[in-house]
Amino acid sequence: MSHDYSIDPNNLPEDPSRVTAEGKMKHLGLWMFLGGETVLFASLFGTYIALKDSTAGGPTTQDLYGLELVFLMTLLLLTSSLTSVYAIYHMKNNNFKQMQLWFGITGLLGLGFLACEIYEFAHYITDYGFTFRSSAFGSAFYTLVGFHGGHVIFGLSWLIVLMVRNAKRGLDTYNAAKYNTFALYWHFIDVVWVFIFTVVYLMGMVS
Amino acid sequence: MTNNTTSNKAEAYRKQESKDEMKKQLISFGMMIAFTIIAFALVGTDVIQGSFLTILLFVLAFVQMMFQFLYFMHMKDKGHAEASGIIYGGFWVTFLVMLGLGVISWW
Repeated sequence: MSHDYSIDPNNLPEDPSRVTAEGKMKHLGLWMFLGGETVLFASLFGTYIALKDSTAGGPTTQDLYGLELVFLMTLLLLTSSLTSVYAIYHMKNNNFKQMQLWFGITGLLGLGFLACEIYEFAHYITDYGFTFRSSAFGSAFYTLVGFHGGHVIFGLSWLIVLMVRNAKRGLDTYNAAKYNTFALYWHFIDVVWVFIFTVVYLMGMVS
Repeated sequence: MTNNTTSNKAEAYRKQESKDEMKKQLISFGMMIAFTIIAFALVGTDVIQGSFLTILLFVLAFVQMMFQFLYFMHMKDKGHAEASGIIYGGFWVTFLVMLGLGVISWW
């Protein structure tokens, strides 16, 4: 029954997402998933590093990349990571409205990031003719960066479903765990981006 | 009545704790922004070049990642032993993959 999960406002649990056994399992399960994601992205990064100079006469990393857009994207994603920290802070204080608000801002920032990435890819394709099939570098680039972008799309869909489904329900110990696992996933997306801007863009402009 | 006072005290303590936590997280955010700006500035201005720059960029990224894991994702808090083990295991695999593919393609 739903009232089994309700939070007593006079006796707040320290972390509502980890009160129930199910919540604890969700938390552990998400970390296991992130361990697997680490290995997935490790292999994609390794492939990219091995193939980044195989341009087959097409555009090279130095022809393509620009610092400004990547910097903007980094700020958007990093800030969205902070706003989800705020959301979790309000979750722990049992303030559902503030939590929804900050998760909403997180989603908008994520959407901004995604728009920049779509613009970037469109720019490479139309202005440079640089596609997935251009070269081994092209395949490795779009696979790695596209996989990250796909994670952002998935995260945004997840967030929208969570926020809409629970809009009238309020916060309880059942859905707190769901919000918390989303926040962890979103932070992880930002961690992956830190390595993308370092390994792909910054190092691509140096060498 | 006494019961209520104790729970108020516990509540106040908990609030203070999450306030301190928030302060640490805000400092982490500031550091991450600073490291990001340093990394972009290093590449944009060409003050350092070559493999030293590559190593420096990696170090900056690694420190940022640890801020994210330890403070934003609470990996430093109690009850995160399994989570830490899983993530450090992931780091080890990443290291092996990089080493393996790096040696194959660049040596």
